[in-house]
Amino acid sequence: MNAIEQAITWLNDPLNWTNPGGILDRLGEHLWISFAAVLIGCVVAWPIGLWLGHAGRGGGVVVLISNVTLAIPTVALLTILPLTALGFGRPPVILALAVFAVPPLLANAYTGVREIDPEARDAARGMGLSGFQLLTRVELPLAVPFLATGFRTASVQVVATAALASFVNGGGLGQIISAGFGLGMSVGGGQILAGALLVALLALSIEGLLALVERALTPRPLRRARRSRRRPATS
Amino acid sequence: MSSRQWMLSSVQYADAPGNPWFSWQYLRDNSDTVVSALVEHVSLTAQAVVLAAAVGLPLAVLAYWFRPLTGPILALSGVLYTIPSLALLAFVAPLVGTTRPASVLIALVLYALLLIVRNALAGLNQLPTEVLDAAQGMGYGRFARLFRVDLPLAVPAILTGLRLATVSTVALVTVGSLIGYGGLGDLILGGFRNNFYKAEILTGTVLCVALGLLLDLLLAGVGRLLMPWTRGARR
Repeated sequence: MNAIEQAITWLNDPLNWTNPGGILDRLGEHLWISFAAVLIGCVVAWPIGLWLGHAGRGGGVVVLISNVTLAIPTVALLTILPLTALGFGRPPVILALAVFAVPPLLANAYTGVREIDPEARDAARGMGLSGFQLLTRVELPLAVPFLATGFRTASVQVVATAALASFVNGGGLGQIISAGFGLGMSVGGGQILAGALLVALLALSIEGLLALVERALTPRPLRRARRSRRRPATS
Repeated sequence: MSSRQWMLSSVQYADAPGNPWFSWQYLRDNSDTVVSALVEHVSLTAQAVVLAAAVGLPLAVLAYWFRPLTGPILALSGVLYTIPSLALLAFVAPLVGTTRPASVLIALVLYALLLIVRNALAGLNQLPTEVLDAAQGMGYGRFARLFRVDLPLAVPAILTGLRLATVSTVALVTVGSLIGYGGLGDLILGGFRNNFYKAEILTGTVLCVALGLLLDLLLAGVGRLLMPWTRGARR
């Protein structure tokens, strides 16, 4: 109970919010790192996933990528990438997180195109659409709800995983928790709990927000209980 | 093996000859540390998955018997799953104490819960109604039907959940290195803190990925042994 009181005290100190390296700074870093990672993930995974779905090939590859990345610990990528040619700083952290954003984006893009009613595809062919027109005018719009699901899953996962960037001093809200553990339980207990609360709230609110976006992007007749293809996170 | 090729190419990348990505010397000199880290990793993973199954399977059965409980049970485990692992660890550690691996274990169990509950419930809910009618007609009671009909038929789905939970738990254990109980994660993070000792980092990473894939294969093998339930050997 003592730690909880300490956490409330810590959160109530305005300097903990506005100081350099305070909550607001860390929140900004967290959001920026996550945004960049998800953006890279989208740029890489969506074209490939849509194309594989369009061609109707590579389902095995998609599953394989998901399974292998599931087994890779985030901590390992975060520690290995800075020691490669990338060097230290933001880029290795962003790249490490982007790796974990790819599987849900890829799998949902692929499934989104595969799940399209074959009759819609036939009709488009009959109207004389070329393969590329079919992809951009029929398959892409119909796959949007799936893309949104993938985007939500990937974003939540990246925001959750970004907390681990603090292991390699990479910034983000996780830094508050790590610093608390560095202080030791008796002094830093409140800060640890406060940091945990902030990280958890951020992840849950991103999840809620994107769930609303996903709902808005899904046409009304399609809003049946679609099995959300969530990939277990490795964060 | 692809990881081996990667190791070889990484060796060429190593800029400092004194700090290679892989060294037999390191393995020989530190075999005790590596083995004890591996043992800790396996034991944490096994305990977490067994505990999560012990909690998750009864929860899935509850949700299967009493439909109104399905929503709350799935929502609760979903929220626990969305909370970042670091935050989960930071919530648990001040309350349990950081001197025992119990904090890591609790966080791992909470995390694996959703995968097990959701898959088991999906398996139970997809049983063919004819089979259930037949079981009822033969006079099975609730419990007898559960153990002789429902659960054996749901084994494939339950096993899928266990495999997913095992692989992601293996990767997740590394997060525990924040408080010194991370199994192979201690090697990864220890190497990073110990002047970026690449051999230690990569040893931890490779063993961790290999362990995840090995346990996955092992469970798949167990599944093959369990599947011929038609012999009636399982009571």
